[in-house]
Amino acid sequence: MHLVIIGNGITGVSCALTVRRLQPEARITLVSDETPHHYSRTALMYVYMGHLRPQDIKPYADWFWPENRLELVYATATALDTDRKALSLSNGQHLSYDKLLLATGSVSRTYGWPGQELVGVQGLYSLPDLEQMHRHTHGIARAVVVGGGLIGIELAEMLHSRGIAVTMLVRDDRYWGSVLPAAEAALVDQQLREHHIDVRYGTGLAEILGTDGHVRAVRTSHGEEIECQWVGLATGVTPNLDLAASCATLEIDRGILVDDYLQTSAPDVYAAGDCAQHRQPAAGEVPIEQLWYTGRMQGETVAHTLCGQPTRYRRGPWFNSAKFFHLEYQTYGRVPAEPEPGESSCYWQHPNGRHALRITFRPAQNNAVTGVNAMGIRQCHEVWEAWLRAETPVQQVLGQLGKANFDPEFFRRHEPDMLRSFKQQLVAAYT
Amino acid sequence: MAFSPDLTLTRPPVPDTSATEKTLLTAVGLGLLALLTVAFDADAGRARLSFWVGLLLLSSGTLGWAWYKFGRTPAGVQHDNMWLRGSTSRGAVAWLTAVVLTGFYVVLYWFSNNDGQGNFGPLNQLVHALDPASLALRQRPSDQWFLYGTFYTLAILVMGGRALWKYRHSPYQRIRTVSVMLFQLGFAFLLPGLLLAFQKPEYYFSYFWPLKYDYLFPGTVSYLLKDGGPALGVFMVFWGAVMSLVATPVLTYFFGKRWYCSWVCGCGGLAETAGDPYRHLSDKSRTAWRWEVRIIYPILALIVLLTALLWLGASGVAPALQPITEPLSKFYGFAIGSVFSGVIGVGFYPLMGSRVWCRFGCPMAAYLGLLQKHFSRFRISTNGGQCISCGNCSNVCEMGIDVKQYAQRGEPIIRASCVGCGLCSTACPRGVLNLENGPREGRYQSSQLIHADSLRILS
Repeated sequence: MHLVIIGNGITGVSCALTVRRLQPEARITLVSDETPHHYSRTALMYVYMGHLRPQDIKPYADWFWPENRLELVYATATALDTDRKALSLSNGQHLSYDKLLLATGSVSRTYGWPGQELVGVQGLYSLPDLEQMHRHTHGIARAVVVGGGLIGIELAEMLHSRGIAVTMLVRDDRYWGSVLPAAEAALVDQQLREHHIDVRYGTGLAEILGTDGHVRAVRTSHGEEIECQWVGLATGVTPNLDLAASCATLEIDRGILVDDYLQTSAPDVYAAGDCAQHRQPAAGEVPIEQLWYTGRMQGETVAHTLCGQPTRYRRGPWFNSAKFFHLEYQTYGRVPAEPEPGESSCYWQHPNGRHALRITFRPAQNNAVTGVNAMGIRQCHEVWEAWLRAETPVQQVLGQLGKANFDPEFFRRHEPDMLRSFKQQLVAAYT
Repeated sequence: MAFSPDLTLTRPPVPDTSATEKTLLTAVGLGLLALLTVAFDADAGRARLSFWVGLLLLSSGTLGWAWYKFGRTPAGVQHDNMWLRGSTSRGAVAWLTAVVLTGFYVVLYWFSNNDGQGNFGPLNQLVHALDPASLALRQRPSDQWFLYGTFYTLAILVMGGRALWKYRHSPYQRIRTVSVMLFQLGFAFLLPGLLLAFQKPEYYFSYFWPLKYDYLFPGTVSYLLKDGGPALGVFMVFWGAVMSLVATPVLTYFFGKRWYCSWVCGCGGLAETAGDPYRHLSDKSRTAWRWEVRIIYPILALIVLLTALLWLGASGVAPALQPITEPLSKFYGFAIGSVFSGVIGVGFYPLMGSRVWCRFGCPMAAYLGLLQKHFSRFRISTNGGQCISCGNCSNVCEMGIDVKQYAQRGEPIIRASCVGCGLCSTACPRGVLNLENGPREGRYQSSQLIHADSLRILS
């Protein structure tokens, strides 16, 4: 079998590694025009901040690829003919495949703002983006970041590390309002304040103003003009359909449409990761998952199907993590940003605002636990996964909360404080 | 786009150094200058004054600078620009520092011996500036080793202060740093000095064979028994033997080699404090790992062999061993004891990272490592599927372990070389790594939340 994978991000690479394990004799080719070698997209910020060098964010050393017979092609796939099972590459080469995986990832999403084409206006998704940011923020004094999500706060932290003053425009009335409940968002806000980030909630971008083709300022939705030399657009990403859109046999919507087996409408062509859109997502799930973790899991899953072991994509309980300046965040299961009917939550927060825990559960379903948000406290993935899968009653979870603690030795254990607080909340709710 | 495919970026400007920072660094510089003048000052009184003024400026400047850099900002991981600043990324300042440190060791080891009339070569005035302190502590005049011990201890205390500021958000790092500071000050500086004051052998209770290799040599044992007296001498020999042969395996079984390497040992103490700015410079490549294995185990074998031969010779079983053991002892003392552990081990901090000696040369680390790998409860656990392969853990590993290779596969990290400094866990932005002394059953168990792949990643 010759498997060709378009994209060398976490999805493509996870698939390649899994196929190599399942079919040692398979020929595997990875095509990417982003970088010759796989790198960790999530680590881009650390390169900018000088914690790491560019070569340090390669998850595998360069010898790894030839030793595992993974062929790397550094070129753009320009045309796909699914009938002839052939690909054209920008370097003039042609590749034929037996199976094809499209793992083309995302591109930054913009909303057609006036001035978004000015020099010094960009998103951050790829290493080329980072290189551009690196050049355009060289020696500047002031930057504006548009978007109150994960990339938005990363950009703020990156710029802050170089002593660049940052204004953040956040459309919602709190940080990451679509995901974080108000209490958790307030803790992130505390981090932003402590690091002197000028955050404007309830404020959007109206226009980017320039002189001589370079950004000069932004005008906010409130009409205020903020002077700056660089604008970061962190308003989400959208599937990269450059190749797929040019191929008539592939059905696409916002992403490349795939079934449960991550198969596209064309035979022997699969899509996974950020670029794939699930035709029928499970209840409560989104059709397009754009996470490092989901990319890895989709890559592993599709590898099994490619190797003749048809496997449906079943992600299992949701999990995610992030770090907001110095505040670590882990979540398992689903914790809604706003209270949902039929669901209760109890929340504990340390007075210093650096540690918090929220547990959600369904009172009507035997108090089954449904999710947790941990801020500044590390929680064990396996333990929570087991609790969530078993729909463990919240009383039982609280009784064993220490089991899930993953903080290093000598860290203060907050469980007794949490328990006291949770018990009071539960008693107040049921009396 | 001017993007270079080999992942290189031009260096951006490092943020301006503020006037306060310049002032504090000037104090450090003046302190070093004052110490330098001591060496060339014929006036003993003035030299002594310069010496103490120099130490004061150096210490207060460094502590003040550490507070300025790390103490004023919110507590958390503070690694900004460490690969961008020349001083911590093998730039000109780093090379200069390495040359100065290496030069100091060369002068100390080979050009500062007492000429019999109390002259200590180029370090003479520096040595004598410490006479009052040495008399007070040890009841005898200073020598080059007392000067070295003083500098060494001061480096651990002052840079330990810096580490405490920098890592104050982590109780593990705080307690561990205080531990190395206290062991150095108490067991490797004050106590050996007091023993001398009481006319007893200068014994370091925190160093054991095979690092302090002669502590189990027959010659040292008989000397300790003779000069230490019936009670103390016997205790010293007993302590040395029990710590090396019984306590080391037992403590390593429960806690891993970290109980020694990053909590007690003086070499580790210096690496964790003065060497902290250079920890990320250790080579993480597979080639470096292969060299590590090729060098460190032969050194352990060599010292075990030498010790065995010495005892064999002393026992009278094989009386003609001296022609072998004498040159072997000399070679080991010179090549390993002086050149490797001192000149290269510390002198190369700014170029190769802070644990060159511990990683490639120390026989104690090799011994502890074998125990840790095969007879210990210690491991670094990874947290399910949360790893994002960012590489921060590998970066801060002073022992050059490519930690992320394990973390991204959901495997626990069980490596002979891990000294358990805990920085991988501290630096991890996603809460993935945790140092644990768990049961031995299932110690190698991988997370079920990442599909295991059987690819040869680290073979």
